[in-house]
Amino acid sequence: MQNMGIDVLFKGRNFLRLLGGLWVAVRISLISVAISIVLGILMGMLMTLKNRPVQILCRIYLEIVRIMPQMVLLFIVYFGTTRVFGWNLSAEYAAIIVFSFWGTAEMGDLVRGSLISIPKIQYESARALGMKEGTLFRHVILPQTVRRLIPLSINLITRMIKTTSLVMMIGMVEVLKVAQQIIEANRKSSPNAAFGVFFVVFLLYFLICWPVSRAAVYLEKRWAE
Amino acid sequence: MDPGVIKSYLPLYRDALLLTLRIGWQGVLLAFIIGFLCVTAIRFKVPVVRVIVKGYIELFRNTPLLVQLFFLYFALPKIGIRLSPEFCGSLGLGLLGGAYMAETFRSGLDNIPVIQQESAESLGMNRLQAFRYVILPQAVASSVPGFLANTIFLLKETSVFSTISLMDLMFTAKDLIGMYAKTIECLTLLVVFYLIMLLPVSILGSFVERRLRHAEYGD
Repeated sequence: MQNMGIDVLFKGRNFLRLLGGLWVAVRISLISVAISIVLGILMGMLMTLKNRPVQILCRIYLEIVRIMPQMVLLFIVYFGTTRVFGWNLSAEYAAIIVFSFWGTAEMGDLVRGSLISIPKIQYESARALGMKEGTLFRHVILPQTVRRLIPLSINLITRMIKTTSLVMMIGMVEVLKVAQQIIEANRKSSPNAAFGVFFVVFLLYFLICWPVSRAAVYLEKRWAE
Repeated sequence: MDPGVIKSYLPLYRDALLLTLRIGWQGVLLAFIIGFLCVTAIRFKVPVVRVIVKGYIELFRNTPLLVQLFFLYFALPKIGIRLSPEFCGSLGLGLLGGAYMAETFRSGLDNIPVIQQESAESLGMNRLQAFRYVILPQAVASSVPGFLANTIFLLKETSVFSTISLMDLMFTAKDLIGMYAKTIECLTLLVVFYLIMLLPVSILGSFVERRLRHAEYGD
């Protein structure tokens, strides 16, 4: 343990600080996912409209998000917009804006996919049974859409958590940055700290994302028709 | 926006793009190889290896590339394994991509009806022949859109290479902003160069997807 450098983590509040850093990543992704779900549902509904300009706009938005690396978007929002518009933007707000921008596109596409995957016969049967449009949507379409949607949006959460590791690049102190600080501070006393600390960070990310993605797989299998 | 500035930055960005592309394609190639080997091990139920492969896939699918690179580049030297930044980049990308490619390929294989396997066997093919001539071609065809999506994902992920001191597009942009504060020019070039790199793959992706849909449902 000594020469692997894991002991560094048990000195003082080091491990708590590391967990605190991880919480920053999780917090940003949870906020962004919440925003993305709300906006994404709206966008998904917009995309199913038979309106040419709306469809083209949504398409362009989707392609931008799909092609530009999240890191580039972060740079544009954090360094670019602050420069052009002269406002002050904290790194955390910039991150939330970028991840919501990204998540809304992904979510919108998922919502669109699950809405159009509901067979037409479901609408027709419900109408044949005399349901009004509201009832039809509430009791027939919504439950089926949500079932298809939930596993996919859980996957989005894990992808968000993984991507939040990028916020380090715009100067936020999250788990990797804390890890670097701990390693720097203990350079003399335990020169091998880098191994132990980065190994633990690796495991921490895995321990957070793995159960979540397992849950998604489980739900997908259970609700598969 | 100053055209002179942009012109003087162009060669730097071009070099960065070439570096990103070089590491990118090595990583993607490695990802294909790793992914294919993994799926073969799972498919043929190779004892022990199969469990390791499954663990590897879960581990690398559930951690960010940035953390994987930090581990490869900063942690491994402490136990005596020293890798060059460029090699770390390709290896990290290959390991991450291998896990994704394996998953895509596996679901492509799983989607092939059992009857294909049974028919091949009833024609007297052994398991290897059935895999080689019947299952594999169909699985590869149906996984191609997924492969291309993974390739785009991997090329996008190269943007974290700057953290292990590789002079990629991100590094160049950040460096130039830091030195000359020509933020708008730098970011515009950054976007343009990423488009040059990723737009062709994206267009190829949607083209292939359309072609495959024709192949499946007829015209």
